[in-house]
Amino acid sequence: MAKNIYSKPVLFTILAVGTVLVGTLVTTFIPMMTAQMHPKLAGLKPYTALQLAGRDVYQSEGCPFCHTQTVRPLKTEVERYGAYSKAGEFYYDRPFLWGTKRTGPDLAREGGKYPDAWQYAHFKDPRAFSPHSIMPSFGWLQDSKLDPAQVQTHMNVLGFPYTPADIQALADKTRLDALVAYVQTLGTAVTRKAAVTAAVTVKKVHIKNPLAGNHEAAERGERLFEQNCEACHGKKGVGYIGPSLKDKNVFLYVKGNVPDDDYFDIIHNGTREGGVEDGRKEKGGMPSFGETLKKDEIWSLVTYIRSLQGEKEE
Amino acid sequence: MSYQMSDYHYDNQTVRKFIYSSIFWGVLALVAGIWISVLFWAPGLNGPGWLTYGRLRSFHVNVMAFGLVLGALIGIFYYITMRLTKRPLLFPRVARSTVYLFNLAIALGGWGLLMGYTKSLAYNEFEWPASLLIVILWVLIAIVIFGTVIKRKEEQMYISLWYIIATVVTLAVIYVLNNLEVPAGLFKSYSIYAGVNSANVEWWYGHNAVGSELTMATLALFYYFLPKSTGLPIYSHRLSIIAFWSLVFAYLWTGAHHLVYTPIPDWIQTVAIAMSIFLIAPSWGSVVNGFYTVREDWSRMRTHYLTKFFILGITFYGLQTVQGPTQALRVVSSLIHYTDWVVGHVHMGAMGWDALVITGAIYYIIPRIYNTEIYSEKIANTHFWLVLTGQIIYSITMWIAGIQEGAMQKAVNPDGTLKYTWDQIVSKNIPYWQIRTLGGIIFVVGMLFFVYNVFMTARKGNALAASKA
Ligand code: HEC
Ligand code: HEC
Ligand code: HEM
Repeated sequence: MAKNIYSKPVLFTILAVGTVLVGTLVTTFIPMMTAQMHPKLAGLKPYTALQLAGRDVYQSEGCPFCHTQTVRPLKTEVERYGAYSKAGEFYYDRPFLWGTKRTGPDLAREGGKYPDAWQYAHFKDPRAFSPHSIMPSFGWLQDSKLDPAQVQTHMNVLGFPYTPADIQALADKTRLDALVAYVQTLGTAVTRKAAVTAAVTVKKVHIKNPLAGNHEAAERGERLFEQNCEACHGKKGVGYIGPSLKDKNVFLYVKGNVPDDDYFDIIHNGTREGGVEDGRKEKGGMPSFGETLKKDEIWSLVTYIRSLQGEKEE
Repeated sequence: MSYQMSDYHYDNQTVRKFIYSSIFWGVLALVAGIWISVLFWAPGLNGPGWLTYGRLRSFHVNVMAFGLVLGALIGIFYYITMRLTKRPLLFPRVARSTVYLFNLAIALGGWGLLMGYTKSLAYNEFEWPASLLIVILWVLIAIVIFGTVIKRKEEQMYISLWYIIATVVTLAVIYVLNNLEVPAGLFKSYSIYAGVNSANVEWWYGHNAVGSELTMATLALFYYFLPKSTGLPIYSHRLSIIAFWSLVFAYLWTGAHHLVYTPIPDWIQTVAIAMSIFLIAPSWGSVVNGFYTVREDWSRMRTHYLTKFFILGITFYGLQTVQGPTQALRVVSSLIHYTDWVVGHVHMGAMGWDALVITGAIYYIIPRIYNTEIYSEKIANTHFWLVLTGQIIYSITMWIAGIQEGAMQKAVNPDGTLKYTWDQIVSKNIPYWQIRTLGGIIFVVGMLFFVYNVFMTARKGNALAASKA
C-alpha cells in the first residue's frame, strides 16, 4: 500500500491536501465560525474618516515593523504601557496591525498619552525627544494632502458611518494630520492606566522633598529634565507644549505656590482633561512618569524645578 | 519512447530564465537589506517616500521571499521534475509564460511596496493586483508540474516530488485563503478577516509560508541534490516517508506560536506550542537522513565541493528546528518575542539553510544546462566561506541584542518601577546593529561571488557551444 501511493500522483495529492487541511480546520477555520473569534468591546467605536485615513498611512509607512499594538499580560508590560490588550479591541481592524517587533515601544495605549502638539513635534523630529531614537522623521507626510473621495470609498468598503461634512473636512488635512488622529485613538476604548496609577493616591498629609536644596540632586534633575521634559517644557523650563515651570507662584494656570509633593504627584501621575490637582483644573497632556522614573529621580526633578524658580541650593 | 538531450533544450531555457530572474530580484533585495540595516544606526539617512525605512523593509522581505527564493524554487522545481519524471515538461509554452508572469508580478508588487501600497500581512504584503497575478502564476505552475508528473516515464515518485507536490498544494491553499480581501481602489484592499481572527489567519499563513517555501520546498531540493552532488544514495527511505507525512501534518497546527500572549484564545496558543515541540521529530528526521547519507564517506566534504553546501545547510536547518520550538514556549517567548532575537532566528534559516541549499542547487544545474563545468570551484568555496561567516556574525549579534533588549524591557528596580527607558534600550542596541551591517555586507559580497561564478559558467558554456557550431 505505502508503495502504491508513491506511484499514484492523484491519490498522493489528495492525501497531501487532506493532511494539510486537518490542522488548518482545527486551529483556524473552525474557530472562525465561533463567536470567540469576533468579540467587540462595548466602548469600541468604528474609525472616523480621518482616523481611517491615518490608519492607511500607518500601514503605508510600515510603522508595524517597529511598533506592536498588543500589550501582553505580563507585569512589566502592564507597568510600561498600561492595561493588557483585550480581544474585543480589534473588532474594526482589517487586518490587525499587531506587528512582530518592538524596535520602538508598543503603541496599543498611545492614544491620549501625549497632546497632539507633542505627536506632531515627535513625528517631525523624534531625536529631539529621545536622543537615541532610530525612528525615521515623518515631517514630509505634511506635504501631501488627503484625497477625500478615496477615503470615502474606503469608508464605504468597510461600512463605517460618516457624514458628508466629515468627508469635506478632509480636504485641507494632510497625511500627518490623519496619522496623528489615528495614533490618538489607539487604546482609547480601554482605560489606559487602570492597573498602574491607582497605586499612588493624593496624600492628605504633605510630604517634604527629601532632596530639597541638594546640589547633586539638582544636577541629576537637570539631566533627567533634558531627557524627559525639555521636549515639552522647553529649555530650562521656559515653556513650549507644556507650561513654563519658572514661576513658583503659578501652578496649573492658577496663582499661588503649592507644596513640593504636588509637583511630585503631577510628575508621577501625569494629568488628564478634567482632572484636579490641589484644587486646580488640569487641561491634560502631561504624561505620567511613575512607571519610568524612580521616586528619588522624581524628587530630583522637583529640586531642579525649584532651582529654576530661584530656590537656593546647599 | 525515450527523450534526447535536445528535447530538454527548450525547457532548460525556462529553468535558466527563472534562475536569472531570481538572481536579479535577489541582488535588489539584498542591497535593500544592507541599506535598511544601515538605517538602524543612521536614522538620519531616511528619506521621504520610498526612501523611508518602513517601505524599504517590506520591499526587502517580500522581494526576497517571492523574487529571490520563490523564483529560484520554481526554476529548480521544473528542473527536478523533468529529471525525476524522465521527460520534458508537459506544457513547455505554459511553463515559459510563467517566467514572464512571475517577473511582472514581482515588479508590480515590489514597485507597489515602494509606493506604500501594502496589505501589512507579513510575507504577503503585495497589494491585490500583484497577489492576483501570483495566484494565476501558481495555477499555471501547478498545471505544468502535475501534468508532467501524471504523464511521467518513471513509475515511482522520488521523495523530492512528494515535497514539490506538498509545496504546490500548501502554498496554494494558504495563499488564496489569506488573500481574501475586498479591493477599495486599484492599490488598496481590506481583508475579509478582522481583529483577532485576522491575526489567527495571518499567522497560520505566515508560519506555513515559511513551512512550504523555506522548508518543504528546500527539502525537495535537499533530497535531490545531496545524492546528486555527493554520489551517495539517501540513507533511509522509510525515515523519509515518516518525516514527510508528519512534517506536512504538523506544520499547519503551529501558526499561533507567533501569537503567544496575544489576545487570541489560549487553547489555540497551547495547541500551537505543543505541535511546535512535536515538529522537532520530523524536522530532525531529515537532518539525520542527511548526515547518515554523507556518513558513508565524509571525505566527500573535500572531494565534492557541493557537499558542504548541503551538509552545512541541513545543520542550520537542524539548529533552526530546535531553536524554533524553544521560542514557542511561553516562558521563552515572554523574553525574546518582539526582539531582535527573532530576527537572528529568521536569518539563520534564510541565510544558513535556504541560501546554501538554493545556491548549491544552482551550482549543480547551471553547468549541466550549458554542458560544461563550473567556472571556478575556488570562487564557489570563497562564496561558501563568506556567506557562512556573514550569517554567523548576523545571527549571533542579533541573539545577544535580543536577549539584552528583552531583559532591559523587563528589568525593575527594588520598588517595582521599571529600570530602563526606551531610549536607553535603543542606545544599548546600536553597536549590535552596526555589527549586523558588517555581517550583512560579508554575506552579500559572498553572494556576489556566486553571481559572478554563475555568469562566468554560462559564458564559458556559450563559448563552447559557439565553437562547436
Ligand atoms: C525604525 C523603527 C521605527 C519606525 C519605522 C517607526 N518608529 Fe515610532 N518609534 C521608534 C522608536 C525607537 C521610538 C522610541 C523613541 C522615540 O520616542 O522616538 C518610537 C516612538 C514612537 C512614538 C512615541 C511612543 C511613546 O509613547 O513615547 C510614537 C507615537 C511612534 N513612534 C509612532 C510611529 C508611527 C506612527 C510610525 C509610522 C509612521 C513609526 N512610529 C515608525 C521606532 C520606529
Ligand atoms: C508630552 C509633553 C510633556 C512632557 C514630556 C512633560 N510635560 Fe509636564 N506638562 C505638560 C502639559 C501639557 C502640562 C499642563 C498639564 C495640564 O494642564 O493638565 C504639564 C504640566 C506640568 C507641571 C505643572 C506645571 C504648572 O505650573 O502648571 C509640571 C510641574 C510638569 N509638567 C513637570 C514635568 C516634568 C518634570 C517633566 C519631565 C519628567 C514633564 N513635565 C514632562 C506636558 C509635558
Ligand atoms: C520546527 C520548526 C520551527 C519552529 C517550531 C519555528 C518556530 C518559530 C517561532 C515560535 C517563531 C516566532 C518567534 C517570535 O516571534 O517570538 C518563529 C519565527 C520565524 N521563523 Fe521559525 N521555526 C521553525 C523553523 C523555521 C525555519 C526552517 C525557518 C526558515 C527560514 C524559519 C523562519 C522563521 C521566520 C521567517 C520567522 C519570523 C516571523 C516574524 O516575522 O516574526 N523558522 N519561528
